[in-house]
Amino acid sequence: MIRIENLSKTFGRNTVVDNLSFTVERGEVLGLLGPNGAGKSTTMRMITGFLPPSAGRVSVGGHYVVGEPLAAKRLIGYLPESAACYGDMSVHGFLMFAAELRGISGAARKRALARVVDLCFLENVLYQSIDTLSKGYRHRTCLAQALIHDPDVLVLDEPTDGLDPNQKHQVRNLIREIGKTKAVLFSTHILEEVDAACSRAIIIDRGRVVANGTPGELKAMSEVAGAVTLAVDGVEVTILGERLAALPEALRCEPVAASAGSGMRVFPRDRSATSLTRAVMELAEREHWHVLQLRTEEGHLDEVFRKLTLPDTVKK
Amino acid sequence: MSNRSLASVLAITKRETVSYFSSPVAYVFLVIFLLLTGFFTFTVGNFFERGEASLAAFFAWHPWLYLVLVPAIGMRLWSEERRSGTIEFLLTMPINPWEAIVGKFLSSWLFLAIGLALTFPVVLTVNWLGDPDNGQIVAGYLGSFFLAGAYLAIAGMTSALTRNQVVAFILAVVLCLFLILAGFNPVTDLLTRWASPAVIETVAAFSVMTHFDGFQKGVIDSRDLLFFLSVTGFALFATALIIRNRRA
Repeated sequence: MIRIENLSKTFGRNTVVDNLSFTVERGEVLGLLGPNGAGKSTTMRMITGFLPPSAGRVSVGGHYVVGEPLAAKRLIGYLPESAACYGDMSVHGFLMFAAELRGISGAARKRALARVVDLCFLENVLYQSIDTLSKGYRHRTCLAQALIHDPDVLVLDEPTDGLDPNQKHQVRNLIREIGKTKAVLFSTHILEEVDAACSRAIIIDRGRVVANGTPGELKAMSEVAGAVTLAVDGVEVTILGERLAALPEALRCEPVAASAGSGMRVFPRDRSATSLTRAVMELAEREHWHVLQLRTEEGHLDEVFRKLTLPDTVKK
Repeated sequence: MSNRSLASVLAITKRETVSYFSSPVAYVFLVIFLLLTGFFTFTVGNFFERGEASLAAFFAWHPWLYLVLVPAIGMRLWSEERRSGTIEFLLTMPINPWEAIVGKFLSSWLFLAIGLALTFPVVLTVNWLGDPDNGQIVAGYLGSFFLAGAYLAIAGMTSALTRNQVVAFILAVVLCLFLILAGFNPVTDLLTRWASPAVIETVAAFSVMTHFDGFQKGVIDSRDLLFFLSVTGFALFATALIIRNRRA
């Protein structure tokens, strides 16, 4: 549904988005990750037709955003970064206005309004002026606006920013639900959201794609992916390390903090193999260790994220 | 213009108009506008001392009064959208940018028309006191309305340039002041010292004063009408260019 080809954006001499290409299909929730200033918002602004690209092109549902802006914009629901709404309007007035601009009128408008008010839990504040709302409500009002025409393509810029944990949970569920039948692109720098809502994620840094895959694939790029962590009661750390390192499947061992007993992490020789876990379990059985904890690491997204992206505090 | 476009323009006009009246700005503006027109007409304009049944004292001050008041109305049109970020919402809707520009312009013009309409007691007064030429008064009102529209389009244009309303206001005042001074007698008299009459006439042709004069005298000249409409049209067109090229 969204196809991005060699998209670039420069502001003066500053290249914000650099030759970016990716696609989002129907039934997919794509998470766009990246540090601040990586070009996430700029990319989304080009997809939604707010900013013209410096080079490359974007098509939404087969319509090029630059060539046929109205056809493309009709398909898109967009939640901008700051979730800006007209503060002097009521929630109801604002949603009515959005529906009118989308050409929804009469009974259809009433139905559309009822649907998004229900989806975004806005009944309580429907006739309140947006200025008086808390950040969470304001955010959900803007999200409701993006959903009002039941769009095929949803572009959400940090949809959970400023929400409390319950609201975050609801919004993630909503995104996952919508993503079953629509194409959803959302940006975030909260890594747990990738697991919670995405079917695929792209990490971008300084305007370039540095990783693209399912959350599992991304986590497998982590250093600790495939390693086995165990905690054993009543065995010295040094002895534990020696025994584990002696396993043919093990590459090296590293002591880790454990809540009880001695903790040790074993790294596999072959990351794709699953034999290490079995070997560790068999060893523990032979040695009659009192195992408190045994876990095969999936990998940590934040570690992958840090490895692939440079923090914006580092000078270019 | 398709029905779809018309609906978008009307939706935006409606929203902006409601927004005027849901804030104190509208009421403050209307009260000040009416107080100032009264003050200029009756005190500065010597309405009674003139001893004539006309609204010349009333209309003569409009270009100066609008100089400050119209930019005050127009300055928020786009600056506010930029400052609050709602411009991103508006321009990612499936509408043409010109629909938003016209919708916003119409709502503020309508608002100024309401202000102008509320000066009706002056008309009643002059009719009660004497026997004025009401055709001339209608022409005066028409001219005043188009003058306000031209200033407003200019203020909307400067508003599109910046997210700072004060900057937008000052730029609009300067541009409108130029349009006044180009044909203001003390200035044209000054120019006669070193410019040829042809040059002065050309400069004066750009002035709202030259074109507003006719309306005050009760003459609706198509050239004057065309002047105000082209200034308005040009400013709206420039607004569209600015919006297209300066997004974020």
